[in-house]
Amino acid sequence: MTDFSSQFVAILPALLIAATIVAVVLATAYQRHHFRVATLTVLGLNAALLSLLAALTVTPIEVTPLFVIDGYSVLFTAIILVAALACSTLAYAYLSTLPDRREEYYILLLSSTLGGIALVSSQHMASLFIGFELLSVPLYGMIAYAYRDHISLEGGLKYMVLSGMASSFLLFGMALLYAASGTLSFAGLLDPMAGDGALHNWLLVGVGMMVVGLGFKLSLVPFHLWTPDVYEGAPGPVSAFLATVSKVAVFGVLMRFFVVAPSTDDHLLMILIGVIAFASMLIGNLLALRQNNIKRLLGYSSIAHLGYLLTAVVAGGALGVETAGVYLVTYVATTLGAFGVVTLVSSPYSGTDAGSLDHYRGLFWRRPYLAAVLTVMMLSLAGIPLTIGFIGKFYAIAVAVQSGLWWLVGSLVVGSTIGLYYYLRVMVMLYLEAPEKGPRDAISAWGRQSGGIMVILLAIAVIALGIFPQPLISLVDAAVFTGGG
Amino acid sequence: MILCWILFIPFVGGLLCWQIERGRAPGSPPSTLPRWIALISMLLILVLSLWLWFVGNFTLTGGSVGAAPSWTREIQLPWIPRFGISFHLALDGLSLVMLLLTSFLGVLAVLCSWKEITNRVGFFHLNLLWIIGGVVGVFLSVDLFLFFFFWEMMLVPMYFLIALWGHSGSKGQTRVQTAIKFFIYTQGSGLLMLVSILGLVFVHYSQTGVFTFDYIALKETPLAGPVAFILMLGFFIAFAVKLPAVPLHGWLPDAHAQAPTAGSVDLAGILLKTAAYGMLRFAIPLFPHASAEWAPYAMVLGLIGIYYGAILAFAQTDMKRLIACSSISHMGFILIGIYSGSTLALQGVVVLMVAHAFSSAGLFIISGQLYERLRTRNMMEMGGLFGRIGALPGFALVFVVASLGMPATGNFIGEFLILFGAFPVVPWVIVIACGGLVLAAIYSLILMHRVYWGEPSSEASLGGLDTREYSMLMLLVVLTLIVGLFPETVLSVTQSAMIEVTHWFAAASSSLPTS
Repeated sequence: MTDFSSQFVAILPALLIAATIVAVVLATAYQRHHFRVATLTVLGLNAALLSLLAALTVTPIEVTPLFVIDGYSVLFTAIILVAALACSTLAYAYLSTLPDRREEYYILLLSSTLGGIALVSSQHMASLFIGFELLSVPLYGMIAYAYRDHISLEGGLKYMVLSGMASSFLLFGMALLYAASGTLSFAGLLDPMAGDGALHNWLLVGVGMMVVGLGFKLSLVPFHLWTPDVYEGAPGPVSAFLATVSKVAVFGVLMRFFVVAPSTDDHLLMILIGVIAFASMLIGNLLALRQNNIKRLLGYSSIAHLGYLLTAVVAGGALGVETAGVYLVTYVATTLGAFGVVTLVSSPYSGTDAGSLDHYRGLFWRRPYLAAVLTVMMLSLAGIPLTIGFIGKFYAIAVAVQSGLWWLVGSLVVGSTIGLYYYLRVMVMLYLEAPEKGPRDAISAWGRQSGGIMVILLAIAVIALGIFPQPLISLVDAAVFTGGG
Repeated sequence: MILCWILFIPFVGGLLCWQIERGRAPGSPPSTLPRWIALISMLLILVLSLWLWFVGNFTLTGGSVGAAPSWTREIQLPWIPRFGISFHLALDGLSLVMLLLTSFLGVLAVLCSWKEITNRVGFFHLNLLWIIGGVVGVFLSVDLFLFFFFWEMMLVPMYFLIALWGHSGSKGQTRVQTAIKFFIYTQGSGLLMLVSILGLVFVHYSQTGVFTFDYIALKETPLAGPVAFILMLGFFIAFAVKLPAVPLHGWLPDAHAQAPTAGSVDLAGILLKTAAYGMLRFAIPLFPHASAEWAPYAMVLGLIGIYYGAILAFAQTDMKRLIACSSISHMGFILIGIYSGSTLALQGVVVLMVAHAFSSAGLFIISGQLYERLRTRNMMEMGGLFGRIGALPGFALVFVVASLGMPATGNFIGEFLILFGAFPVVPWVIVIACGGLVLAAIYSLILMHRVYWGEPSSEASLGGLDTREYSMLMLLVVLTLIVGLFPETVLSVTQSAMIEVTHWFAAASSSLPTS
């Protein structure tokens, strides 16, 4: 294959998504039709997913100095595409009764997904920033999509303001790094150990500012304040998107940046990241304890999970990258399942989502399989054996033990023990005596909807991979070793 | 292959129970079909374990202690090759005794909830059978990952059992809170064990370059002082919570008081025994030197447990809490026996575990039957029940007497062997521990006195025992007596396993300068 054609194949997934965006825009302009637009979106995402197989034949390859397509980026792109597929499936049932225009949602979702794909393949500050903004800007619209409900609008505004701040931090950090190193590519950045004291500080501040910017998106403590409000306000499928696609994409680039860029090889910096991880695990779990809204609870729990995940960055090395891959898969599958159930209970749209835990009281006696799915997801989030969450936690502890990060091991253990309390609270709520009249319920035929089928498949995957994790590990291993990050 | 059958029957049976109930129209009276399925699956594993007992050869292979335990049966399949984790089950005398105990108490647990549980019957039996399945997994697995997998997995159904079918508790303690407390205690300490397991694996990896979670391979890992000690503590804490040893016992009285009868029987009869089993199988053989260093402290904890548990028991008014606290006291003896490192005492530990499982199961079943008739477990509201309730007080007397360690019961043999075996090693500990026997007599007789003697509140009969209740209790009495009169039945099976543990432990103790 010529150079051009192999590069073309490598970025085919992103091109397909871009083409789908155009197609959806044109279809919407021609005639509004919810089902047609949703089908187009799903088809486009599936085509992109399939084209990853073709992309694998040419990896690793550099596409312009901006992007690199390797096993690592293919793995993360696959996670992003699957999560985006799940979110659009969930959105279809949810939006079907929204008293507003529905088709634009899919345009926003696809654009954001495209941004995520750009992020995980970028090896250059410019592509990082483009991807970062392309990921964030459509999200403002998505979070505020049910804008007649004021908390949705409020969430959207909050996210926009804080996101803008994160972007400026990111830009400032990049500028400092550029001033010190004279290049914008990750690999070209200077090693802080090489230069004199002043250069060292410049580089350190630059990387620190970038971490602040990315930390906002990952909602790591102390940049987590927006998380619960936005999760609560956003429509269910958007919360799911926010918790999965946006986190995976940003984490993907963070991990690559730390592995590739020499500027990050600094002891002080690693301690700083470790402190952020430590604080995220403990504070995320502690704040979740008193929540009575399941969406806020999942928001806080995601803070804690990103904290666990950050252990992999601090530890680094081959096992660190492998841990990041495995943990993200477990986290995405579980979070999608949990938000999926919340969305199904809140679907079709009729005002504020069914966030309050009271809605779920006695769900098992009304919708046994749906409650069983949520139980599996809660157990998986808590990291109990038989579920995939256990494998993730196993990896996180293993990587921390291997690197001798005992204080992170300690906070991991304490954090997950605290976490048990609220996961179990949600779980037992499902099985208590049902109130006289259930306030909100999934429609009785939920299992025959695409969203319902999806959460059941997710639950099966969570259990199956929890018992036989080897296929998942092999997959991640292959991705890590061909790319090397 | 038979080990796999024993392991998977409860899981499959549990799913069947649940699905059968699901198919029924809502509102119709509960079907007995799930109960029968549960009973049949439990009987199946009981029969299979009995068969294993009859065909098995439990003497030392080659007549001497090797590096690896002499398994009677073994099966190993690859599971997660990335970390060298395999699905590795094995059976020796110790596992077999535990397996028999588990399957027998499993049958009892199904039987004793026959009338007590009337709602969500299928889901109840799903949980009950999965507990048994998890415990069987714990007793059979010799891969540390697999062991941990089952160790954590059995907590979830137990949690549901307490949270959903428990008795709504006393003084603001709801059963949900109790269940959460139980889960957090055991799961949190379990995570410490996971950290220790991983620590051990990575130490092994750094020395050999091979990832493995296999018991035999890891047992050969040479460990240096403080590392071994810290890793050992991770295991010890996890087991001490489950045992429970003071000061990690906080969950036990609540969990027992609020669990349904079947839950209490499982808790006292087998879940507590997994801890002692874990110490015998993992904590001591994997870290013999560190365990030898730790032994004096462990025995002091045991002593504290004996007295503290007895004093707690003395103060209880709730019948099930009293029995639960007496378990803490008995487990103190077991802790001393395990860490004394003499074969005789270890044999006593096994006998006491079996006998305590029978006697406490009997007492919990009796308090369940009393609760069904009186709707209370408060001993202050009882009294004068002798003569009003058929043969039940007679059975109660037998189990109370067994619990205080009267000769002819298995408990006597167990305690006697522990005290006798450990005396040459740690005379003063044993002298102090003997005082606990007096306290045991006091609280046991108080239980008897408050409930069955005294002024009866009325003369009306409360209804005698039906065949199911009678035969359950009779069977337990017979077994208690068999263990008490013919302890060789148990001792001969576990002898070689205990000699091995003693051997590894003694080799480490003798090299210790200060002990």
